[in-house]
Amino acid sequence: MLASETPLIEARRLTKTFGRRTVVDGVDLEVRRGECVGLLGPNGAGKTTTIHMVACYVKVGGGELRVFGLDPARDARDIKRRLGVVPQEDSLDPDLTVLTNLTVYARYFEIPRAKAAARAAELLQFVQLEERARDPIRILSGGMRRRLALARALISRPDLLILDEPTTGLDPQARHLVWQKLRGLRQGGVTMLLTTHYMEEAAQLCDRVLILDQGRILAAGAPAALVDEHVGREVIELHDAGALAPGVLERLTGLSDSVERAGDEVYLYFRDGRSPAAVLPLLERAAFAHRPATLEDVFLRLTGRELRD
Amino acid sequence: MRGAVRVWQRNFESWKRFYRASLVGNVLDPVLYFVAMGFGLGAFVRPIQGEPYLSFIAPGLLAGVAMNTAAFENTIGSFVRMEEQKTFKSILMTPVSIGELAVGEILWGASKSLLSGSIFLILIRLTGTWGSPLELLNLGVAFLVGVLFGSMALCWTALSPSYDFFNYFFTFVVSVMFLFSGIFFPVEALPAWAAGLAWLLPLTHAVDLARALHRGTWDASLLPDLVWMLVATALFLWLAARLLERRIIK
Repeated sequence: MLASETPLIEARRLTKTFGRRTVVDGVDLEVRRGECVGLLGPNGAGKTTTIHMVACYVKVGGGELRVFGLDPARDARDIKRRLGVVPQEDSLDPDLTVLTNLTVYARYFEIPRAKAAARAAELLQFVQLEERARDPIRILSGGMRRRLALARALISRPDLLILDEPTTGLDPQARHLVWQKLRGLRQGGVTMLLTTHYMEEAAQLCDRVLILDQGRILAAGAPAALVDEHVGREVIELHDAGALAPGVLERLTGLSDSVERAGDEVYLYFRDGRSPAAVLPLLERAAFAHRPATLEDVFLRLTGRELRD
Repeated sequence: MRGAVRVWQRNFESWKRFYRASLVGNVLDPVLYFVAMGFGLGAFVRPIQGEPYLSFIAPGLLAGVAMNTAAFENTIGSFVRMEEQKTFKSILMTPVSIGELAVGEILWGASKSLLSGSIFLILIRLTGTWGSPLELLNLGVAFLVGVLFGSMALCWTALSPSYDFFNYFFTFVVSVMFLFSGIFFPVEALPAWAAGLAWLLPLTHAVDLARALHRGTWDASLLPDLVWMLVATALFLWLAARLLERRIIK
């Protein structure tokens, strides 16, 4: 990748207000060719609004946004020509079959009929729906629909694939199949911007994640680096802090790098150099789990509920 | 405007799958009007302006049925595609613009009006009420009526929070026009003030045009009707695209 190459998405101090509600509040975002970037955050964090601005579906409220170096306010058509979007809600065409969902969509991109048919067949195979080509949409499972939506977004061979919560509402098998497909695309060099509120999804798929809450970016970086930076290596989770003997919690706090408390649960974080081993004897009778730190810890950490640092 | 054609094609693709059910309405609707109004009511009504009642109402009914078809397609039909099926959103994620989407939807509604009009013309032929050779041009009237009322309907759709609001449109716009635009009796039969109001109804001008083509009395006096319709169509078409954009692109 050349350093001078224009990023596919470049947002500076991006904002959006609906009525009095500020939904996106000064987001900086850059997506370069070949990257998979995740917007991670709870519902209402501003993830969908952000990608809708990129997809020219919502007008830019404030700040600056360039997609492929183009201005969404002026060059929406040229931007959309190069985008593939998998929306959050089921938006497949229920009046059409599996196959015609793809070929009709191809027409919106002015893809010639023969080329569209070949591409549709290839994509149905990719998402493992080739047996279902003639089926109506309504008899497909949730996982199949999501895979078909993915195939539909790929019909124009987009330069940038945008996925809004690609696995929300899917069962674990279906989710893993979607992840497998997305990893395949990533390895093939497809640039992706996705939103998710599953930390595991972001960790599995993304080169970089931006953690969003209430329209603001709280942290950004590679998943592993974020975990290292914000919480460390290992975590001990105590499920019933109330059951600890008096004074034990204070001693635990002294032995760990940081502590976070959420109701009856206590999280003890350990960075390099500090070992949770010293803590374990104190926990004899308490219900606890000892595990590596994850993005979820980072997220909980950054969105508050900290006891102390 | 190629995008508008793509939207039209999408609706046609969908229609092809369910056309039998859809055609039943297109055929049955005019037949019912013909039987009830023409043969039923018509048997008790004196000839109007020298024409048997069935022959008097036939061209106006054609325009009225064309109006109903487009009004239905671009209210309920478009609303389902916009809100329930998320078809509009999917389309707007592609290079198709919202203006093209609006025009495609309206052209689709007008195409269904053209279909209704064609079936109606066949019926006119079969019942021996076919007038002058110019009658064939009523297909053009059906299409123009479709674009005009499809545009008005789509404006309403863009403003409607829910299905309930379509009741107002059908009662205050569609039904009023159906009854007071000169389909069933000459507008001149109304008191002068009411006839003046009828002139404000777009369908009145469509009925004038359709009847003139039916009778073969096409002349320059119809120009104001045609201009009225073309101007109203352009205005509502533009407005529909604007209102739809305001609703969808926040």
